[in-house]
Amino acid sequence: MIAIVDYRAGNLTSVLLACQALGAEALITQDPAAIRDAERIIFPGVGAAGAAMASLRTLGLEAPIRDSIRRGVPFLGICVGTQILLGRSEEDGGVDCLAIIPGEVKLFRPPSRADKVPQIGWNSVMQHRTHPLFDGIADASEFYFVHSYYPAPTDRTWVLGETDYAGVRFASVLGRDNVVATQFHTEKSGRLGLRLLQNFLSWKPSVHGGSPC
Amino acid sequence: MLTKRIIPCLDVRQGRVTKGVKFQNNVDLGDPVEMAARYYDQGCDELVFYDITASAEGRPIDIDMVRAVARAIRIPFAVGGGISDLADMSRVLLAGAEKVSVNSLAVRNPNIIADGAKAFGSQCIVLGMDPVAVNKPAQCPSGYEITVRGFREHTGLDALDWARRAVDLGAGEIVVNSVDADGTRQGFELRLTRLIAEAVGVPVVASGGAGSPQHLIDVFNTAHADAAIIAGMIHTGDYQLPAIKDALTQAGVPVRRHW
Repeated sequence: MIAIVDYRAGNLTSVLLACQALGAEALITQDPAAIRDAERIIFPGVGAAGAAMASLRTLGLEAPIRDSIRRGVPFLGICVGTQILLGRSEEDGGVDCLAIIPGEVKLFRPPSRADKVPQIGWNSVMQHRTHPLFDGIADASEFYFVHSYYPAPTDRTWVLGETDYAGVRFASVLGRDNVVATQFHTEKSGRLGLRLLQNFLSWKPSVHGGSPC
Repeated sequence: MLTKRIIPCLDVRQGRVTKGVKFQNNVDLGDPVEMAARYYDQGCDELVFYDITASAEGRPIDIDMVRAVARAIRIPFAVGGGISDLADMSRVLLAGAEKVSVNSLAVRNPNIIADGAKAFGSQCIVLGMDPVAVNKPAQCPSGYEITVRGFREHTGLDALDWARRAVDLGAGEIVVNSVDADGTRQGFELRLTRLIAEAVGVPVVASGGAGSPQHLIDVFNTAHADAAIIAGMIHTGDYQLPAIKDALTQAGVPVRRHW
């Protein structure tokens, strides 16, 4: 069973519909036991990092999530779900996050007014490494982004894909061992987004890490 | 590079997509879910549905249609028309829409923008506006006045003031639909689009007047729109989305090329 973690950080309908479109059995859940038992975990989220972290703790979900990641359960972060995997976010005056990925989450500070914040729309993902997540997806394919903050990992070995916006090249896909995470909304990114989700659902992380290309 | 979005607009009346000029002479174009699926296949970047008779008739949004669309396509779509409160917004978003668009409702009750943004996030709240060119320098110094109720009613609101205020309240995106250009297929109202696009920090979606790929090139290159709504030019079959995207690419406008 696939657990879609509901920590009151946004609308999960699209994530569930995307899983259903792939014929996957997925459950939206806030239940720590269901998350501990899940074969795969999808960790979505929209909104502010501070509220997301607070509600994750209130619901008692931080421990089961850490535990599942440690046990090697395949784990997919999406958008704010990705951001709070880093050590700290600049949002809400500074928020301590889960620190699964070393680094922080920074606000776009565009050099020109032409770059609007939030970034809303389809932007290219340049594949930095080969990874099963990218199977069947051409380099520089576009995915759907909605965000004002971006992941800035300090350890480059986490970077799987990168995207240019507002004067920065940021890590739009991260991953290591059994964890992968996208800044974009793969569930709303058309057939290629669906393909990426399918790649995650069939991924066996123990047999493949990332390798530089 | 962030690409410019092409957004087909489907005006839905009694469960069918219709197209008219300035809300008149509507003709039946087809089933909304089938049309959404077709444009999705052809590489549209987003879709918008206006339940165009809902607000005049006081009917709620057709939520079953929203659910059916959400199952049929895997790209963002917005729904407008017939939204009267937060509960309506919540129903539409939980049915699978990415965004809700408010227009007349926000003019009557601007706080709905703030309430919606607080409850669901700014990225979900689109302000739709229908400005018309006017010569009322005292009341509308930008030269454009906001109309409501299908352009029938002038509000006295200046378009530029209203756009800025809506963004301050929490609108995440603004659809600028020119009353003068709507349905003409003679090109977007570039001056109006540029005025709003350069004044606000959120994405501006140009609407009204798209008739050819050149109109899209103009609105992106000279009016700095972030996205553009098209309707008649593809509903009639005069143009197809892949060819429109090819023309934009050749003109140096970044568009999504993989789908």
